[in-house]
Amino acid sequence: MNFFDQVPALQIAVPLIGAPVCVLLRNGRAAWAVTQFCSVICTLLSCMLVAATRDGTVIRYELGSWSAPSGIEYYVDIVNASVLLVVSFISAIVCLYAYRGAEKEIQQDKHYLFYTGWLLCITGLLGIVITGDAFNAFVFLEISSLATYLLISLGPDRNSLTAAFRYLIMGSIGASFILIGVGFLFAATGSLNMADISARIPIADSPRTVLVAFSFLTVGLMIKAAIFPLHAWLANAYHYAPVTVTALLSGTATKVSLYLLLRFFFNVFGIQFSFGQMLLNYVLLPAAIAGFVLMSVVALYQSDLRRMLAYSSVAQIGYIVAGICLVSPLGISAGIVHIINHALIKSALFMATGCIVYRLGHAHIQSLGGMAKQMPITTAAFIASGLSLIGVPLTAGFISKFNLIAAMLEQGWWIGAALILASSLMATLYIGRVVEIMIFRKPRTSTGTLEVNEAPMQMLIPLWLLIALSIVFGIFGNETLSIASAGAERLLTGPLAPALVPESAYLSTGAGQ
Amino acid sequence: MNPLWTLLPPLAVIPFILFFGEKRRNLRELSIIVAGFVLLFINNRIYNDVVQGASPESGSLAMMGELSMKLSAEPIGNLFALLASFLWVITTVYSIGYMRSHKEINQTRFYICFAIAIAAVMSAAYADNLLTLFIAYEALTLSTLPLVTHAGTDAARQGGKTYIRLLMGTSIGLLMPAVIWTFVLTGTTDFEAGGILGPEIGTTTLAILAGLYVFGIGKAAIMPFHRWLPAAMVAPTPVSALLHAVAVVKTGVFALLKIATYTFGVDTLAASGAGEWILWIATFTVLASSLIAFTKDNLKARLAYSTVSQLSYIIIAALLASSTAITGGAMHIVMHGFAKITLFFCAGAILVAAHKTLISELDGLGKTMPITMVAFTIGSLGIIGLPPASGLWSKLMIAQGTLDNGYIWIIAVLMLSTLLNIGYLLVIPLRAFFKPLPAPQSEDNHHSHDSTHASDESYDLLSSNSMQAAGWQEAPAPSLWAIVMTSSVVILLFFYPAPLVELLEQVQWR
Repeated sequence: MNFFDQVPALQIAVPLIGAPVCVLLRNGRAAWAVTQFCSVICTLLSCMLVAATRDGTVIRYELGSWSAPSGIEYYVDIVNASVLLVVSFISAIVCLYAYRGAEKEIQQDKHYLFYTGWLLCITGLLGIVITGDAFNAFVFLEISSLATYLLISLGPDRNSLTAAFRYLIMGSIGASFILIGVGFLFAATGSLNMADISARIPIADSPRTVLVAFSFLTVGLMIKAAIFPLHAWLANAYHYAPVTVTALLSGTATKVSLYLLLRFFFNVFGIQFSFGQMLLNYVLLPAAIAGFVLMSVVALYQSDLRRMLAYSSVAQIGYIVAGICLVSPLGISAGIVHIINHALIKSALFMATGCIVYRLGHAHIQSLGGMAKQMPITTAAFIASGLSLIGVPLTAGFISKFNLIAAMLEQGWWIGAALILASSLMATLYIGRVVEIMIFRKPRTSTGTLEVNEAPMQMLIPLWLLIALSIVFGIFGNETLSIASAGAERLLTGPLAPALVPESAYLSTGAGQ
Repeated sequence: MNPLWTLLPPLAVIPFILFFGEKRRNLRELSIIVAGFVLLFINNRIYNDVVQGASPESGSLAMMGELSMKLSAEPIGNLFALLASFLWVITTVYSIGYMRSHKEINQTRFYICFAIAIAAVMSAAYADNLLTLFIAYEALTLSTLPLVTHAGTDAARQGGKTYIRLLMGTSIGLLMPAVIWTFVLTGTTDFEAGGILGPEIGTTTLAILAGLYVFGIGKAAIMPFHRWLPAAMVAPTPVSALLHAVAVVKTGVFALLKIATYTFGVDTLAASGAGEWILWIATFTVLASSLIAFTKDNLKARLAYSTVSQLSYIIIAALLASSTAITGGAMHIVMHGFAKITLFFCAGAILVAAHKTLISELDGLGKTMPITMVAFTIGSLGIIGLPPASGLWSKLMIAQGTLDNGYIWIIAVLMLSTLLNIGYLLVIPLRAFFKPLPAPQSEDNHHSHDSTHASDESYDLLSSNSMQAAGWQEAPAPSLWAIVMTSSVVILLFFYPAPLVELLEQVQWR
């Protein structure tokens, strides 16, 4: 047994062990150090997984050596390895930022709880992504959701309690739907292992049960991924949570749910069933398109920067879903590449917003006059990441948008392509509006000057790291695109395991190995 | 010579500009001029290669799958790069006089953005594929925005808003899908002799694509996307001069010429008639903006509308689908570039020396600013296309090109527009030379005294005593020198257009 074999387990074990350590330490600084350490280790581990799976290898890890489908299996291929990397990398960067970023927003004596929640949240998110077991995914979903409620409720505003409660309600509904879906799947196939289920679905003797499972999972995942029109929880949660938490969640939480959606529909149910029989793309594509068009309009009318970015997130999720719904190699890889790029871009934007909140105490768009003079580095960061969100060439956003539009045109979806462009133009407007106020408007104070300093270096450095990365991925787009197209290829190969022959359906235990 | 070298001088000079800063401004501007000459030298080396039929290219940087960023030199691009780098030097000299005597703020930022814009122009000029061209195009838009809003006033802010909204809006909304569509249709975005879009694609698709390109390249200012050009005139005059008479707008029409030649291909364009419907809009733009120019009393605004009109000449040249017309269009980029920059320089000189912006105030100015007004006359002749100014050749070639594919009615439009040009441009020097000077107002004298005084302090190079004695109140010497240079080129190119022709003969049409 060598070290590398254990990497999938360590991916979860490291943050899971870190969390109680944070509680025991009862010290904010020390808890931060543990969180930072665990996040960096997780990033390194997921780098190893990406490197190992890049050529199409699949790593199957039996937890506690209990063989699937009875035991829990971790199933790693390039699709989830890349999502693992995104989650742990964003966690590492935002944690670096949180050292100063969280100090004002969260009471000093609650810092250790904050970092405990952080690590649990990361554990849950990584777990959802890495596991090959449908029920286990639900368990991790609950871990991450509970931790997220905690993180949101730590916000400085009293509204953050309501926001956390709302998120709790919506999150629970979503999770219940997923649980029911998994339950029906178990009823239909007698298995909880994803690979096993995928092999058994074609021979399941009650197709209606599978159908019900499919419907419940669709709705549940749409809620968790904040796909329009089930996105209502997101704006409040992102607005009232501590900005540091928002920066973390915007890059990770919805992306993980999107991954689960990809995995279930492409690999567990299979393309033929999801898109051929159930016509999922006819449900999701209009929702996605309505999402990115309407939410871009809504973002245009927000008065708070965080809320504006939250609605923009819903719109961007729409892009990802639209790409996925095309069920073509180009479309899916555009979707995956945007999962990666949008995580970088939106986290950077929220981190820039966090710098503003750190100094001003709020982020009302109309009161941002004079920012360019007082906080030039933050303003520049906001502009740079804003340009990336719009999709200006040489930024990561351009790579996503180029491929997405190319995928749309390739399928002859002229209208879809035109609407993507229309919503990009709206992004130009809502980002432009903020930038214009930051640069040209006089401060709205009685003295006419804004007495704030630039945000601390410990916040600016991680912020600019993300921006630099988004520019690197904008120039060397092949770095992310090659991962995404390998992922698309994986997803398009269909079920995780070959279909079983009907006679042996209930006899075989080691299916798909 | 590798065209990548052309990016070096404008980018390498930025640290120098920052280092010298406001305190050592003479060194700062000297470094820009040195960089300009180096750039000119590099472009000249590339010219030597291209004119012999070679096409030097850079390595390529893979960006997305098969798509990469790459530069390569071809005749039209080289011509444009030569023009831009030559005028960069001259404009810098001009700005020294203008910016200082006009006491503009943030001059260091101004020169930096200027240098970045030049780098963007170079990469557009030598772009080897549509993707590179698109990137350079966007970089140019963004780097020139701080120049447009330079003054920081409400008007500047408003102008900047129009500028960015129209240019970004058209490029993201129309040009980007056009590039992606071309890629989806052909699997490449490279510029190739004879074009990459074949007739098998179908006339309707080609016509829509042509529309996306022409309207998407908002910098070409075809109506109804021309509004940004007059709006951008709030910028300091050197900016208007180089960027909005040469670099920005010419990047737009240059891109169209390149797309017509190397993406569509002259034959495809001619056989399908894909560009025909846009010809109507372009000719409408030519005439309508000439008529609007008549109504403008503000000198810069009139010149702006004249630019809109002239740009559509080049759009017409691109759409006529004839090699003669496209050659004419490429020549017009140069001819109009020199003539229009002369006019803008003159407008700036009049503002600095006489503090006048309205045409109705220019009566009798020929007495106090004879050099400027003579140059203005030459520039006007260049725009109109009358001998002995160089604009004649390019207009003639475009007119000749209309015959190739039976668009003879366009000749009538061109001639009508020439008459309109005479009407709104030549009237200005006529007023200045032949109308009497209005009764002097004490306030005016005070101002002009101030400005001559300010300029005397640092530039005694040319403003000799004899000029003062003759009652001349010309702009500061560096500016005047620039005006004389560009107007002489307008005349020189009339008598000696051979180098341009030789270069453009190398274009591979199919």
